[in-house]
Amino acid sequence: MPYPPTRAAWLFVALALLLVAFAATPASAFCGFYVGKADAKLFNEASQVILVRDGNRTVISMRNDFQGDLSEFALVVPVPAVLQKSQIHIGDPKTFERIDAYSAPRLAEYFDPNPCDVSRRERQMGAMNAAPASMAKEQESKDKALGVTVEARYTVGEYDIAILSATESNGLEQWLRLEGYRIPSGASKALQPYIRQNLKFFVARVNLAEQAKTGFSYLRPLQFAFESERFMLPVRLGMLNAKGPQDLVVYALSRNGRVETTNYRTVKLPANVELPTYTRAEFGKFYKALFETQSKREDYRVVWTEYFWDMAWCDPCAADPLSPEELKGAGVFWLGGDEPAIGVAPGTARPSVSPRGGSGAQPVMLTRLHLRYTPETLPEDLMFQETQDRQNFQTRYVLRHAWTGDPAACEAAPRYFDEVAKRQEREAQTLANLTGWDLKQIRTRMNIAAAPKTMWWERLWK
Amino acid sequence: MEITVLPRNAIVAAREFLPKDARVFQILFLALLLTTGVLLRDFSLHPLQMALAFAAGLATQAFWLKRLGLEQRGFMSAIVTCCGLSLLLRSDTLWAHPLVAALAMSSKFVLRIHGKHWYNPANFGVIAAITLIPGTWVSPGQWGNDLALAVWLLMLGTIVTTRARRLDISWVFLGAFLGLVALRVVLLGQSWAIWWHQLGNGALLLFAFFMISDPMTIPNRRGPRIAYALIVAAAAVGWQYLLFRPNALIWALFLATPLVPLLDRLFPGAAFSWRGSERVGSTPLRACAISGIRSTAVAEDSPAPARNATAASSSFPVLPSPISGAPSSRPARPAVRGR
Repeated sequence: MPYPPTRAAWLFVALALLLVAFAATPASAFCGFYVGKADAKLFNEASQVILVRDGNRTVISMRNDFQGDLSEFALVVPVPAVLQKSQIHIGDPKTFERIDAYSAPRLAEYFDPNPCDVSRRERQMGAMNAAPASMAKEQESKDKALGVTVEARYTVGEYDIAILSATESNGLEQWLRLEGYRIPSGASKALQPYIRQNLKFFVARVNLAEQAKTGFSYLRPLQFAFESERFMLPVRLGMLNAKGPQDLVVYALSRNGRVETTNYRTVKLPANVELPTYTRAEFGKFYKALFETQSKREDYRVVWTEYFWDMAWCDPCAADPLSPEELKGAGVFWLGGDEPAIGVAPGTARPSVSPRGGSGAQPVMLTRLHLRYTPETLPEDLMFQETQDRQNFQTRYVLRHAWTGDPAACEAAPRYFDEVAKRQEREAQTLANLTGWDLKQIRTRMNIAAAPKTMWWERLWK
Repeated sequence: MEITVLPRNAIVAAREFLPKDARVFQILFLALLLTTGVLLRDFSLHPLQMALAFAAGLATQAFWLKRLGLEQRGFMSAIVTCCGLSLLLRSDTLWAHPLVAALAMSSKFVLRIHGKHWYNPANFGVIAAITLIPGTWVSPGQWGNDLALAVWLLMLGTIVTTRARRLDISWVFLGAFLGLVALRVVLLGQSWAIWWHQLGNGALLLFAFFMISDPMTIPNRRGPRIAYALIVAAAAVGWQYLLFRPNALIWALFLATPLVPLLDRLFPGAAFSWRGSERVGSTPLRACAISGIRSTAVAEDSPAPARNATAASSSFPVLPSPISGAPSSRPARPAVRGR
């Protein structure tokens, strides 16, 4: 018998409110021991970018893990306007290490208490060729013939930087080659859309003499600050010489909420699950397998969220949150004043703020995005938006060590060991599902047998 | 072997058993999309947010119906709106969804002009939320691009089964939007993969078939309707590719909506009415309960819907106006049953 509509509607309201009442139990607080992490070093060819954005102000830091002859290093980035020298800065590689360590996927472990204890616990698991660039006048006319205008040239740190505008992509490609930049073939086709959008090009290569002066054997990150309506990352150029899938880790620092992509799916990686305890020794291997399996399952078309947290604290902490100075070094310009302040001397990191304490709440949110892609699966540059979402998320995996007492110690003990056996089977299946590893092998390593199938009648007359 | 072609009257007979109100299909499809989204697309939507949105949306509808003495009008449009809000809006609180649902449904009764409600309630609700309510956002990328085929098929199904008469706007909009994107691809010398990427965007298809197509909030006459679709498409492309802002479709519709009363005034035409009748209360409630709170309850036989051949069968309250209550100017086909 259908109710009159209004009654039915009110009944529905009442039902929903009842559900709210049940759901309103407070979320369990996390308490576990942080035991390990899987940082970006695991992914050898991962590019790392720190993307700081508030309003239309943007600071991008790019880490160059360039392996090889420094004279062959070349970086070409489309930028919205001609950058002044003061908009370009050399960052500290430590910033990347710190932000990576802080936001890395982590492992936490628990130890089951004695089931015989009267005080029954409440388990709360949440669980470019550096041939010296000729600046001669004849060069200028050559540039013009190619449709390329050198808007500015700077030497910043170990980099020789040129800001170019171009009218024609073949001309730009040719110019870059003439200047000695090693540009992959097919570059002009990829450059063209940017030229037609009136974007400028930030091109950098290593000034070997300056590089020698720095005394570092590696390249330091390049940072640039600018204003633009576009909240995006031009990744297409980087795919020109791609062999197989590439990895990109974006650390997005925002003021209000989580950052996600608007033109691709942004999905949280499967996390907060219990794993067999043996994964403790091979967490890195586990995480790599998990990331590969999940990315493949989504056909490399998903941007994964690995971490989203308010920068003031962490729980459990894979590393201390970044200090205000470190955040400034990363490009965060809204701390202690409204003006962009990226000119912080590298290497001035102070001891970190303690979780929930120190300098108090910092209005900085970190979203760690990780994607594995191929040129086919990422046809369009990444577009982002800052959401209002402030719900923390971390890729955290849980180990639970069983109590190792006598199965006959008390009445509760056999029941406890039954539960442990079931739990271990679940853990084995979770691990197999997440990583694509063989379930039988997992069971062998865990020293457990496949769970004997209990027939329903056995449970009936037990 | 002889191949029998299904006789035409068999199709007509089959149609007889189908609900006459296009919204029944709309609800079914939206519920299906919602279920797919929550289960397969990792929508960050809590079942409670959905339950509360429905509770508040239906309660608001009930409140206004009672207050305006229109109790028999039913709840179908409220369910469509609540499905739409659940599909689009994301929040990290429990109270945002019900508040937005209440605002959206109220807009339908309060913001009225020429006997039609002004804004598409879900569109109004989403814009109100993202501009006024903290902790709310829209995830335009949530559909990904591989669900497209399924959505296309669903849409074709909808067209065939419901003979919806004002779906022209959806096709004109889609054509114009994708045409402009194609133009951009050509002008910028981009790869066509970008165009295909846009074509497969689930959010675009959802918008085209379920939001801009709301017959109550678009111009009554075909000509102005097509012009309106072109304006919304151009505004959306401008918003997305010139201003580089997210949620272009929703904003474009919101900003273009004030043109509808103007177009209706300049080019008067008969207002749309949902044909056939609707099943009040219980059945639609169950329809969405299936997806909404993942209940497996199966709808029991519902009483034969009371058929009403006049425009009063619209679920929308008819307020005094020169146009309201007039029969539809262009019934596509006479109703098979109930005449």
